[in-house]
Amino acid sequence: MLIVLFAIGLLFLSGFLALSVGRNGGVANLLGGCGAFSGSLIGLVEAVEILASGRTEQIRWAWSVPYGSFLVRIDALSALFLIPIFILCAVCGLYGYGYMKSFCGCKNLGAYWFFFNGLAASMAMVAVAANGVLFLMSWEIMALCSFFLVTFEHEEGSVQRAGWIYLAATHIGTAFLLVLFLMLGHVAGNGSLDFNAFLGSHGKMGGYADVVFLLAVIGFGSKAGFVPFHIWLPEAHPAAPSPVSAVMSGVMLKTGIYGILRILTFLGPPHLWWGYLLLGIGLVSGILGVLMAIAQHDLKRLLAYHSVENVGIIALGLGLGILGVVWHLPVLAVLGFGGGLLHVINHALFKGLLFMGAGSVQHGAGTRQIDLLGGLIKRMPWTCVTFLIGAVAICGLPPLNGFVSEFLIYMGGFHGVGLARSAAAGAVLIIGLALIGGLAAACFTKAFGVVFLGEPRSPYGADAHEAGLSMRVAMLLLAAGCVGIGLFSPWVVKLMGHAVAESGAIPYEAVQGFLAPASSALLKVAVVSGCFLFVVLVLCLIRAKILSGRTSSSEGTWDCGYFRPTARMQYTASSFAQPVTAMFEAILRTRSHTPSFSDPRGAPVFFPDAALFESHTEDFFLKSVYAPLFMAVKRFALKFRFLQAGRVQFYILYIALTLFVLLIWCLR
Amino acid sequence: MNLFTDVVIAVLILTNLRLIASSRISACIYAVACQGVLLGVLPLLVGSSHLMVRACALSGVTVMLKGFFFPWLLLRALKSANVRREMEPLVGYTSSLMIGALLLATAMWFGRQLPLPVPAHSPMVLPLAMFNIMVGLFVIVSRAKAITQVLGYLVMENGIYAFGLAFALSEPSLVELGILLDAFMAVFVMGITIFHISREFDHMDTDRLTALRD
Repeated sequence: MLIVLFAIGLLFLSGFLALSVGRNGGVANLLGGCGAFSGSLIGLVEAVEILASGRTEQIRWAWSVPYGSFLVRIDALSALFLIPIFILCAVCGLYGYGYMKSFCGCKNLGAYWFFFNGLAASMAMVAVAANGVLFLMSWEIMALCSFFLVTFEHEEGSVQRAGWIYLAATHIGTAFLLVLFLMLGHVAGNGSLDFNAFLGSHGKMGGYADVVFLLAVIGFGSKAGFVPFHIWLPEAHPAAPSPVSAVMSGVMLKTGIYGILRILTFLGPPHLWWGYLLLGIGLVSGILGVLMAIAQHDLKRLLAYHSVENVGIIALGLGLGILGVVWHLPVLAVLGFGGGLLHVINHALFKGLLFMGAGSVQHGAGTRQIDLLGGLIKRMPWTCVTFLIGAVAICGLPPLNGFVSEFLIYMGGFHGVGLARSAAAGAVLIIGLALIGGLAAACFTKAFGVVFLGEPRSPYGADAHEAGLSMRVAMLLLAAGCVGIGLFSPWVVKLMGHAVAESGAIPYEAVQGFLAPASSALLKVAVVSGCFLFVVLVLCLIRAKILSGRTSSSEGTWDCGYFRPTARMQYTASSFAQPVTAMFEAILRTRSHTPSFSDPRGAPVFFPDAALFESHTEDFFLKSVYAPLFMAVKRFALKFRFLQAGRVQFYILYIALTLFVLLIWCLR
Repeated sequence: MNLFTDVVIAVLILTNLRLIASSRISACIYAVACQGVLLGVLPLLVGSSHLMVRACALSGVTVMLKGFFFPWLLLRALKSANVRREMEPLVGYTSSLMIGALLLATAMWFGRQLPLPVPAHSPMVLPLAMFNIMVGLFVIVSRAKAITQVLGYLVMENGIYAFGLAFALSEPSLVELGILLDAFMAVFVMGITIFHISREFDHMDTDRLTALRD
């Protein structure tokens, strides 16, 4: 416990130090990066140890805030979320050191590291806070730090817009959380917002439980990125610097998942519809997320929609787990929670890796537009290999880590299909998960293929250069993590036992018993994939040995005798995805501007002019739900514009009148 | 004795009305000065015999500050800032008087309703205090010049002072001294503000600050 608190303190402190050296970019960069790396590593050690041992520690310090107390507690569930937070923040500190160098001199790097390390520390605080006020305070610091990081390049109009959308979304979510904690405190009844007090109030929940759960799903879901609260993700993630997108997408979203799980432990036995709700949200988020991702042209926007998809997969796991608890089917519960929780860690690793890859591409090639890139495999081989590992992992293919967590959820689904009560839920889950996995594979074939394979489509792709050393090391570390969890999956799954036991309220020994079949199946997969990797390695070595004595040259691909192929003849991102987008036209509503090859009277034109084809896929919720809603709010709010007359006298009048009315009201 | 207190309080109320109805800044400053002198006399009337020395000291300081020093400061500021001598009200004088009458009625009602820890010396002190606070706020709100805002602030402070006097028997005069210091600081701050406003904007009408709104 003390070590984690020390790590949090070190993160905050290094942020302040970086801020104080301020405009001296190089020093601030070094201080901030080292602080993020070392602080996170220190915290990671104890988090892993606590997850493995499953013990609970708590510390209470005096803190004079109404209803607040500085009560921090670590249990297996907190530790499980602390691990990805610390891993990704450490690696992003390393990556950011290289990535931010290019901003040295033109931007205040001290401010960047202040907010980055503040974000890391506040996320860790969110995971260990055990008092409602302390939790909300950490939550708010986290939201504000990430807001300032998103708006790091605030000179651009699109970044400002993204920042506002994010700020509005996060604060609307926090408003729900405020009500939630007040309600929990009201039920607990002794005027304390300590989590310990909430834990003891299971029996008194009654009808409040449903309301509290719904508030948690909306409030925490808006941070986690559940559809339809996801609209800030595809705006904020592309706008932020890449290490920040990696941290936000990889672990900040997960604090929302943590919140839902934590609240679940306060509510006692779950209700049936909670499980169905999470299952439904998971399906919708997963499928819509991956579909929207396929239609994107911006690499980071595409990844942002994949975060929605993966949060959907986590929600599927949690929904299955809740159903298992409700139906007293511990196998379902253990596999559901286990898969969901493991996916939290896995998604942090591979999504962090992918965002770093996208950042390296942006850094090296100068653009994120997929259709302007191509052929980067020759110019950025390291980025390419690590991006490929991340892409395979996110598609849920063995032997990488994405497969392990999805495999657990699949197993739960298949187990559910075999039982009469849970057959429908299991079937829907399996079908949904399979659809999500297939579409994700299509999407990453497109992203990887168009960006890294083929020939450069523009000067951007042609002039690209490989990322710097610290960035490469960071990406390699995460790639190693992805492979490692895949190969050592049986042991990793065993490590999860205490956290699963805590979230499902199932005894630890029983959890290990139910995880054993999954572990043994995973062991077989791991052995086979280990052999596969070994064979690949041997083949690569043989190839290298054979080629070592020869000279190799690269030529154009054989093009059926056509003598002047150009880069424009390759598949574009839109054309590659077109079969899928056409299939889901009804959902995606892609609008395209097709050039016309006929004159106004309808007769065909045989020698058409230069033509342009464009396609846009706008977010349905942003365009058709939130935009009209917020416009209406704005129109309403503008009616009160007259109140802000700009005269000091009027403002004093408002204050005086308010006091006056309150006084009269009190004395009446 | 009690009759005398009531007369002083009545005159104090009249100075407030004079402040609202006057069209010239210097007349307003004189009204506030008059109010300060009368307020200074008040502790002598409500204080009991064994507190006489303290009451005399308080009274002397109050008269000096509120009756002479502040008005002198303000008159000097008026001269040096070189502004037109009219009030430039945002609410006309007649309607100001009507509102003043309304405020007086409300203050009376407050005086009756407000629960007090100890009974006040005179039933009129509390309404006077409330009326002063309200008139002060009203002057701040309804007059455009920065200097009248200072006047309003002073009148409001007088109200708080009178409120403290209502409990002069049970409360230590430390409170009153605190209030005096408060008012003193406030005049300084306001004086500096006026100086800066008139230097930056070439006048001291606070309503011209609308140019600063977004």
